[in-house]
Amino acid sequence: MFSASHRLHNDSMSAQENREIYGKCNNPHGHGHNYMLEVTVSGQVAENTGMVCNLADLDGFVQREIIESFDLQNLNVLPAFARTIPTTEHLCVAIFEILRRGYHQAHLEKVRIEETMMNSFEYAGGEEICC
Amino acid sequence: MVYLTRKAEFAASHYYHNPKFSPEEDRRIFGKCNNPHGHGHNYTLEVTVKGEVNPETGFVVDLKDLKDTMSREVLDAMDHRFLNKEVPEFLTLIPTTENLAIVIWQRLAPKLKAAQLHRVRVYETPDLFADFYGEE
Repeated sequence: MFSASHRLHNDSMSAQENREIYGKCNNPHGHGHNYMLEVTVSGQVAENTGMVCNLADLDGFVQREIIESFDLQNLNVLPAFARTIPTTEHLCVAIFEILRRGYHQAHLEKVRIEETMMNSFEYAGGEEICC
Repeated sequence: MVYLTRKAEFAASHYYHNPKFSPEEDRRIFGKCNNPHGHGHNYTLEVTVKGEVNPETGFVVDLKDLKDTMSREVLDAMDHRFLNKEVPEFLTLIPTTENLAIVIWQRLAPKLKAAQLHRVRVYETPDLFADFYGEE
């Protein structure tokens, strides 16, 4: 889990358009969420360990490369969102790309983020998710 | 392609009964769920849609629009209702959780514009849910 603030705003739209499209999320002071992150990887079970991957290594990677970058930050000012609006759709894509580039112990299947208890988002590198 | 899931809750009553069965068969097949006075559940509905992220907005779909569509098409019709008697589809269809998922899909699919419906999941209790992905 990580906690962060964001504001949804597109500079190329008028103030009124931004308010119409983003509603409360356009508040210029921003607002925050506790984001719940799920990372799904796949692979064969190694005979000598009985594991698909070392969970401690995966936890370490997520902590070091993702949580430490995003936790208790304002997403809008981070380099990852210099050119994209920090919707949770884009957050899924950004986190998937961090994992795809840096985590190679198992095959990355998908990233799922719960923005609130009622909303969640999934990204599998652009692939269809079967279920 | 990003998938977005929105949850909603509704409370409703139902009972299971097939007019083609004898009372004994109804009781044997449906057990306590055959009580004609009905019983209730807190249902949790999860609606998953998929689509490309709009580069202008960063959205797959406007969550408020999706919430409004779910409220209008599903919750307004089913929340605090006796499904067998008050929801037209269930006048002739047994309101199992399986059929609820199908009926909710049929209500939502024609109303969603920006994104494509991927899955309807209905939890009858925290331990039991049914998924419907359309006809394919």
